[in-house]
This record gives sequence, C-alpha cells and structure tokens, in this order.
Amino acid sequence: MSERVVDARGSFCPGPLMELISNMKMMQVGDTLELLSTDAGSAADVPEWIKKVGHEMVDTEQDGEGTWHIRVRKAK
Amino acid sequence: MRILVIGGGMGGTIFANHLARRIHHEMKTGKARITMLSASHEHVYQPGWLYVAMGRATPDELVREQQSLLEPGIEFHVDPVEEFHLAENHVKCKSGKVHEYDLIVISTGSRALPEKVPGLKENSINCYTAENAVEFFKQLSDFKGGRIVVTVGLPHKCPMIPLEITFAMHDFIKDRGLLDKTEFYYTYPIGRVHSLENVAKWAAPEFDRMGIKYETLFNMKEVDGKNAQVLSEEGGAVKYDLLVAVPPHKGQEVIEKNGLGENGWIPTNRSSLHMEGEHGKNVLVLGDTTNLPISKAGSTAHFEAEVAAENVAAVIKMGRPVRSYDGKVFCFIEAGKDRATYAMFDYKTPPQPKAPTGAVHTFKMSYNKLYWATARGLL
Repeated sequence: MSERVVDARGSFCPGPLMELISNMKMMQVGDTLELLSTDAGSAADVPEWIKKVGHEMVDTEQDGEGTWHIRVRKAK
Repeated sequence: MRILVIGGGMGGTIFANHLARRIHHEMKTGKARITMLSASHEHVYQPGWLYVAMGRATPDELVREQQSLLEPGIEFHVDPVEEFHLAENHVKCKSGKVHEYDLIVISTGSRALPEKVPGLKENSINCYTAENAVEFFKQLSDFKGGRIVVTVGLPHKCPMIPLEITFAMHDFIKDRGLLDKTEFYYTYPIGRVHSLENVAKWAAPEFDRMGIKYETLFNMKEVDGKNAQVLSEEGGAVKYDLLVAVPPHKGQEVIEKNGLGENGWIPTNRSSLHMEGEHGKNVLVLGDTTNLPISKAGSTAHFEAEVAAENVAAVIKMGRPVRSYDGKVFCFIEAGKDRATYAMFDYKTPPQPKAPTGAVHTFKMSYNKLYWATARGLL
C-alpha cells in the first residue's frame, strides 16, 4: 500500500477534484491519497464523489493557513 | 552555456526563440549555444483541430516547418531522445548521437490515449490529431439525427474543449436543419459542467437555453459498443448514436520509460519550473510535461516558456533568475454562433469570464493566424 500527496493548492483548472480523480486512476486498491486544496468547495465535493463511486473517506481537516487536507482511500 | 531543448512544440519553440533573442550576443561570441531536438520536422498549431473537425479549417493550414520558425543560430535536429542521463548531463537520441548540456529544457507535451478506456477508441470520435479531426468532420457531416453524447476523460489537454466542441456541434447541426432530430447530452467528471466554477456558472444556463442536456459526476469507465452506451465509474449508463470523446491523456512514453515521472508527467516546482529532485537543478520543465495542477494548454506552455527564457538569460548575464511563474493561464472559449469569451487566471486569481461577444471570437480567429508570431517569440 502506498500513500501519495497531491498538492492542488491554487488550482482553479483542472481543480482539486479533477486532480484527485486523475491521480486515483494511477493508484492501486488500498492506496491512500492526501489532497491539499485551498478551495473550500473541496471539503464538500470530494466526499460527494468518493461516496458516489464507492471509495473511502479517511479524514478531512483544515490547517492554520487555510489549506484543506483531505485523505481518501481507493476501495475498488 | 550549452542549452538543450527537448521538444519542438509550443513550450520548447517559444522558449528557444525568446532566449535566442535575449542572448544573441552570447550566442554570436560562442559563450552560449541552443540546440533543439524534436521528434518531427513539423510544428503543429493543435488548437486548430477544433476548426478542422467543424469543416472550418484544413489540417495543412495548421502546420509549419519547425526550422522556419526558429531564430537563426538555434541548432535543430529531428532526432527524438530515447535516453535521459540527467546525473551525467547528457541525452542519447534515436540515431545514437549523444548530446551533452549544461541546462536541459524538457517540453515533450502530452498525447490523447482513447485506448486507455475499454471500447472508447473503436466507438468514438475526437479531435486530438489531424487524422482524428478529419474523421470527426466526416462522421458529423454524415450524421442524420439521433443522440450526440460528449464524454470526458481525465486528465486532458485543452480544458475548454468539452464546452467548445459542444457549442460548435450545436451550430453545425443547427445550420444543417437537424436540430429537431438531434439530442445533445453532455457529461462531465465533476459536479458542474466545467472545472472553473465561474465558467460553469455561465455555461450551464447556456446549455439550458440551447436545450443541451447534461449529467455531471460522470467518469467514463468503458464503452459498450454493442449496445451503444457509455458506462461510468459512478454506475451510470448513457446511450449514444454518435459518441464524441475527450480522451484521457498521458505524457510522452520516453518520460515514463526513463523514470522521470509517472504517466509521463514530471514533478516540477510550481514557481521556478525546475524538475523536483536530486538532478533537477539544471532541468527546466515546460507545458503539458509538468505535473503542475494547472491547465494543460498552449497558453500555459507559452507563459511558462517566457518566464523560463527570461530567467535563463538573466542567469547568463547576471548570475541569477529574475522571475517566478505565477500560474498564469489564458484560454479562449468559443461559445458558438461566432461568439467567444475567455478565462484568465493564475495560482491566486480565479477567472471572471464575461458574456461572449463577436469581438472576442474575431480576435480568436485572428490569433489562429497570429500564432506563428507567438511561436517565433514575437507576440
């Protein structure tokens, strides 16, 4: 199992969720990914997609500088 | 200083020409040398393929001889690199020739890979090569009515193409009197019709006004050609009569084979544009080849190349770089019926697209001709 970090801070296009989807295609089942995002929308739209596809949310937190750290696991 | 540019696309060409103009004296006196290696003798204006697909341009209009675009003094070879030896500062080409360097600029671009999605290549059309754009035009011309589905893979270059191709096809079908026999169905990977929120806010009402249906959170998983349907990772299924694809992309195979980056995308510093890692100090990466979370678009390569060239010239003349890349991207958006708008943004500033106008469309059409001045480093 591996863990990767995707730094999507300041990404308007393709944006954090598209970066996450692209990276998850390169991952194996069981691998985890931490998405860094400065877009508040990521805290809502990432879990929505993860749930719809059937992957797994690990946790979400915002650091003192306003960056969201969203951790997910590839489940299928 | 021996500067080696790998790739004769937008990024490499604009970089080499900008730099050559800035270090003309150093090149003349032998203190600097620029060599470019490319896989092709041709330079292609890829944004023009959209117009080929719509029968508004022919492929030959989009091609120039690469040598003719380069500043005098730039050494050019059609000899693709097969091996990167970054620790030893040299590359080996297909011909067997070895090129040593003090600074290498890697700008090898990306490619559409419809074969990455089962069934997609055999059952869809796209406009990511000249041949595919011509085939697109033929199939669209032969279309007699039914359901046209747009499906979008990730990642892909030219982020505006899903919208532009939809608006353009709507015009095409309307002009042929087939609108009442045709249904447009647009799908998109995330929860709105475009990655840029402000662009999505503008485009969705346009789709509604034009009667274009759409489904979001739709990531194609496979195409079932037998039953003419696209299946999504989210569990959806959409039937089609004509399937228009924006296929998923990868970087070039040579990047992956040499272990420079997963899927051909090289880890790159977002400000300095140096390759990340142990041997990145004298390696710059431009355009689609980077792994930066920004648009894979010609304008990205263009703005990165200008910054990189200015910095390399400054290092040669003053011993240190002068600028950071700020993530600037500028994309025209063809909105149909000879109207267009644009999105301009950087790492800190989101775009604020205006209502489409005929003037912006005219400028875009003019830019399609002016591009060759950009490639030469003049515009």
